[in-house]
Amino acid sequence: MQKLLLLGDEAIAQAALDAGLSGIYAYPGTPSTEITEFVQNSKFAHENHIRSSWSTNEKTAMESALGMSYAGKRTMVCMKHVGLNVAADPFINSAITGANGGLIVVSADDPSMHSSQNEQDSRVYGKFAMVPVLEPSDQQEAYDMVHYGFDFSEQYSIPVLMRITTRMAHSRSGVERKKEIRKQNELKMPSDLRQFVLLPNIARKRYKNLLKDHNKFVEASETSPFNKYIDGTDRSLGIIVCGIAYNYLLENFSDRVVPHPVLKIGQYPLPHNMVEKMADECDEILVIEDGYPVIEELLKGYLGRGVKVKGRLDGTLPRDGELNPNLVAVALGKPDTIGMAVPDLVVTRPPSLCSGCPHIDSYYALSDTLSALSNGRVFSDIGCYTLGALKPYEAINSCVDMGASITMAKGAADAGLVPAVAVIGDSTFTHSGMTGLLDAVNDKSPITIMILDNGTTAMTGGQDSPGFGKIEEICKGLGVEESHIRILKPLKKYHEENVAIMKEELAYNGVSVIIPRRECIVAIDKRIREKFRNK
Amino acid sequence: MKKDIILAGVGGQGIISIASIIGYAALEEGMFLKQSEVHGMSQRGGDVMSNLRISHQPIASDLIPFGQADMIISIEPLESLRYLPYLSAEGWVITNTRPFNNIPNYPEMDKVMAEIAKVHHHVALDAEATAKEAGSTKATNIVILGAASPFLGMAYEKFESAIRFIFRKKGDKIIDLNLNALKAGRDFTEKNM
Repeated sequence: MQKLLLLGDEAIAQAALDAGLSGIYAYPGTPSTEITEFVQNSKFAHENHIRSSWSTNEKTAMESALGMSYAGKRTMVCMKHVGLNVAADPFINSAITGANGGLIVVSADDPSMHSSQNEQDSRVYGKFAMVPVLEPSDQQEAYDMVHYGFDFSEQYSIPVLMRITTRMAHSRSGVERKKEIRKQNELKMPSDLRQFVLLPNIARKRYKNLLKDHNKFVEASETSPFNKYIDGTDRSLGIIVCGIAYNYLLENFSDRVVPHPVLKIGQYPLPHNMVEKMADECDEILVIEDGYPVIEELLKGYLGRGVKVKGRLDGTLPRDGELNPNLVAVALGKPDTIGMAVPDLVVTRPPSLCSGCPHIDSYYALSDTLSALSNGRVFSDIGCYTLGALKPYEAINSCVDMGASITMAKGAADAGLVPAVAVIGDSTFTHSGMTGLLDAVNDKSPITIMILDNGTTAMTGGQDSPGFGKIEEICKGLGVEESHIRILKPLKKYHEENVAIMKEELAYNGVSVIIPRRECIVAIDKRIREKFRNK
Repeated sequence: MKKDIILAGVGGQGIISIASIIGYAALEEGMFLKQSEVHGMSQRGGDVMSNLRISHQPIASDLIPFGQADMIISIEPLESLRYLPYLSAEGWVITNTRPFNNIPNYPEMDKVMAEIAKVHHHVALDAEATAKEAGSTKATNIVILGAASPFLGMAYEKFESAIRFIFRKKGDKIIDLNLNALKAGRDFTEKNM
């Protein structure tokens, strides 16, 4: 079969389709978005009724996937690394319930924070939940691992976490598909109908099972096709290398042969015997892992009196940021290479709001409204509008996690910062803002919430917004007074009018919601182009 | 044969299309390929780059090591300079000279051009003007690809058939426009070499 040229994300999606997927659940988040989009755009998925529309957030996605697994079908749930924080509750507990139909959780980490607010390592979550983790080193392995992961999940009745990084997700290479396309599972109830009932007396038993199964997972890691001990003649150093970092290691040897013993890790928990063999045979161990020093810390131990280990903790590699072939070269004691220096005149070109973006008009109106007050009153959120922190707007004072704008504004108002303003997008509002709004309504907190409604999930590429057409009804339903829900059109020509409305609501001693509503201009452009194409 | 290429530009200028065309041509040649790109936040008018590696041998790293790229292909002059640390001593810079000025402190153009001139091997052309002559400024990126094509180690016809394939759903008019743009870029380099 001819190879397909696929992004890591696309390889995962293609594999899921080929492995009998019945449904995929996700909230968009860079760098994980393209997995679900691939399924959404797949003709095969449509013909086979594979469920794929966006979930409201990662927690609802994870729980829906768990329900599909309960019913015996194969399912995948995808998110960016911080999305796993949102889904952490069902994720951790899904290790206790176990799976029925195969369940793979894909979490896409972002070392170097290309598009994120931290670089947390999802492998830590895997260990925390005690579920097996798969970490591919290339697109082909990503494809193969999905098949393996579904089989594993069903064989051991356990969800499997697949950890990828930005570079894996957004890098393309040739992938060979399996010849056989597996049929979807039939509906099949769990053999024990109390498996998913985590009452303490049942949960205690299930937890003991999970602890017992841990040994089986370690045994599986010993024989996994994704963990390989490759012998080498120079045993002064052994190398443990994880996921995509394996490619950076090989890049440093023109014949792709490493003189040292190499333990290539693609499946966790760690294969104990293989690690022990390396520790026995080699004078010291270099650990190369993209993300946190998870394995390095484990081997080093708290007191560092055991095996001699080098890596991110002792400065052999940088403590933070994405790895690359040069950093690995230096860690191996090889010469670094570099071209010409960047000329001094090269200035940064940060991302910015698009020309014609509705958020620009919303921010200018808001900043005018607040100009008479002291600075630092605007709590914002995750989305395109976070760029309002940059020049020339400098209009917001926080960006922490999905939904935090409303609740942080509430807390600051509780502390006496009145008026306080929250700025949140429509999709972020339905993701995690609604519950915070209910808190504010119940406390009658003196805050003004601007829900910037551009009708789409813009930052990640214009996916459907789960609350489309429902925003003011949701606010009313949560108890915001109708007279304090104000809809306005963020356009320059309505500037004075909009400022006047904002001033009125800022003066109100209770919860106000202002909804500046105008379609994302990128979405308009896309819509018009598609219309034109279909003619 | 192997070529390690840094593609540079500003979000929305079309570096991914260039990557797709070179990638398709390379695959037709039976070569291996790895291409790493940036999605998400930086696409909003920020600087974007892509690592494209093609080779007859299997490729290890998705990222090109510093100092080892054969070429920087840039749709924007300032952006062509941002990735110089990747370029090997014998490498080429192929760049548009038309600035994309969306920042308040864009440096003076003659100084930018002077820095480009310091690169031993370079091709600099106003690809936007060339694209306009060829039919539309929308094909600016394809002009740059045409200008880079003599250095890519593949027959010119391979890029033509790749364009026909990549734009196959967009109709003959768009295909012809891009073929003209490719030719115009190619001609510039051949005339000025």
